[in-house]
Amino acid sequence: MKDGGQADAVELRGVVKRYGAVTALKETSFAIRDNEFFTLLGPSGCGKTTLLRMIAGFEEASAGEIRLYGEDIAALPPNLRPVNTVFQQYALFPHMNVAENVAFGMRMKKVPKPEIERRVAEALALVKLEDFAARRPSQLSGGQQQRVALARALAPGPKVLLLDEPLSALDLKLRQAMRVELKEMQRKSGIAFVFVTHDQEEALTMSDRIAVMSAGEVRQIGDAQKIYEEPADRFVADFIGETNLLEVEVARTGPEGAAIRLAGAEFIAAPRADVKAGEKTVASIRPERITLVAPAGGLTGVLERLVYLGTDWAATIRLDDGRQITARAQNAHGQKLPVGPGERATILIDEGAPRLLPR
Amino acid sequence: MAGGGAGGGGRTQSAAFAPVRLWLLLPSWAVIAIFMGLPLLIMLVYSFLTKEFRGGVIWEFSLAAYDRFVFDRGLFGDDPPVLNTTYLTIFARSLIQALVATALCLLIGFPAAFYIATRPPEQRTLWLLLITVPYWVNLLIRTVSMKFLIRENGPLNEFLMGIGLISEPLPLVNTDIAVQLGLFYSYLPFMVLPIYAAVERYDFSLSEAAADLYADRWTILREVTLPAVRPGVIAGCILVFIPSLGAFLAPDLLGGARTFMIGSLIEEQFKGAAGDWPFGAAAATILMTIVLIALLLHARAEARREV
Ligand SMILES: Nc1ncnc2c1ncn2[C@@H]1O[C@H](COP(=O)(O)OP(=O)(O)OP(=O)(O)O)[C@@H](O)[C@H]1O
Ligand SMILES: [Mg+2]
Repeated sequence: MKDGGQADAVELRGVVKRYGAVTALKETSFAIRDNEFFTLLGPSGCGKTTLLRMIAGFEEASAGEIRLYGEDIAALPPNLRPVNTVFQQYALFPHMNVAENVAFGMRMKKVPKPEIERRVAEALALVKLEDFAARRPSQLSGGQQQRVALARALAPGPKVLLLDEPLSALDLKLRQAMRVELKEMQRKSGIAFVFVTHDQEEALTMSDRIAVMSAGEVRQIGDAQKIYEEPADRFVADFIGETNLLEVEVARTGPEGAAIRLAGAEFIAAPRADVKAGEKTVASIRPERITLVAPAGGLTGVLERLVYLGTDWAATIRLDDGRQITARAQNAHGQKLPVGPGERATILIDEGAPRLLPR
Repeated sequence: MAGGGAGGGGRTQSAAFAPVRLWLLLPSWAVIAIFMGLPLLIMLVYSFLTKEFRGGVIWEFSLAAYDRFVFDRGLFGDDPPVLNTTYLTIFARSLIQALVATALCLLIGFPAAFYIATRPPEQRTLWLLLITVPYWVNLLIRTVSMKFLIRENGPLNEFLMGIGLISEPLPLVNTDIAVQLGLFYSYLPFMVLPIYAAVERYDFSLSEAAADLYADRWTILREVTLPAVRPGVIAGCILVFIPSLGAFLAPDLLGGARTFMIGSLIEEQFKGAAGDWPFGAAAATILMTIVLIALLLHARAEARREV
């Protein structure tokens, strides 16, 4: 909870949100650290916006506590919470020009005029829109509007910045450029960003930590590597990147991992304390941890399909027991795969690569 | 603002189809000319003619009607002209009555429209229907029933005495307040409907954004919501103000001699044997000119507000 005596930026304790009979957010407790780029990642309808809106104060939690740097803010209306939001559709004030939009929050906080002017100029410089101060929002492109929304939310100096899918309305190139800029802005501003997205690539490239959500529940919190390498459950394993989810049987357990049996062959899975020999469970095996070699016993199958992806080859293999798995081979050193489509192959799996998941 | 792109296709079309479009528009233009332009022209011409006793006009140019509106030349017209305040006072009173009625409609109509526009969509139609139900009844009958409501032994007074708020019935009939009530009741929907349409289109995430940026409720209303729904508010005010200014039913039926309004004055000129058509036409022309100037000034100010 505490990190070197410093309170967390945002802390949720047993927060629940119900709309009538619908539970949009099941009981949730976690903390967002000071100066952290924190991402809420999950498919549509999983409750990301609901969670963000409760932090902003637009929705009241049905139960639980929300703390901002140690202070319980549940009773505060949005205008008294020192957090600002970048809205998905930007919600720029159409009758005000860019500078007036950016100045609005500071004007409401009764910041002295000269200081407002200085900080508006600073904020516009930060988002590279110095020359657009006198324009109306309707005279800006989508990307420019997005920057104004960002400048408007950052200028009053919030303690936490909330962003609800701010990049989803932009085209791919601009989105990729903005990812880098957003991360850079977070670093410069020195405050916590809570970023909502359903795009896992976006989440992986920008975040210090990611909360993966599904159906009103936080499934796992961790940095990009952790949620990719050590998914907590089937949902996370499947949602983040590509994976093979296969039913396996635990053969033996030991300190350096569990031996699992897959279609008669044995592999070493990452260690897990709570599995016993003889148990049936599900393993997640990433395609890039699988290698195809010329047939030589072990786990064998037929290479059904081979797709050229530039940096990679994607191979679909039909195992002898009828199940399908996919493998990735890097297109490095101009090497060709040792097996061609329709040929038999032996499937090797990196030691420790399979992750055993709770069923 | 956003019309730049959409206009492109229209422009290329208009070149090719200009003659056809002109013909297609002809019926509309004809109707407008015959039923709107012509009566105005007749009104304007009549205001410069000489009056005939028992109504009607003599085709002889005269400024007498305008003269009568502004000056008093004595019974036989040989005294030096003195400013005649009778009609100007009536005019000013009408202006004030119409402004008050507009303000009253705005005060009640805005919250009502706001409330309706923020109901769940399936409830809104019902609310709008309820607002318009009284207007299925003829204006005359509605105004008379208003008189029954507010007369000395009418339900309003009986209710107020019943709850002990007053001991004597309020003499409401034949007062400015009665006329106000009549005007307010007659034109309230004209305020509610345009504001409703504007609020319904209003993007409430703007209000959320303002709240997020430390604005309290009143500031949000004043600085964000009102500017966004302004066109609806202005349309409502115009739609209430103009008919209120020329109203004659409410002042006739609910008001007395002291609450005479310009609408009644004009009406009188065309009704009885004592009528003076050129004078009525002149009064109507003056009224229209002033409203028109006010609207033009407003339109220019609006145009300047836009970037
Ligand atoms: N006002 C509301 N009334 C009833 N149910 C609601 C309301 N708002 C949200 N919900 C429900 O709560 C759940 C979570 O909604 P939320 O908007 O938080 O999803 P999300 O993760 O932001 O999805 P998306 O990626 O599509 O924006 C959804 O099932 C939604 O239908
Ligand atoms: Mg959402």
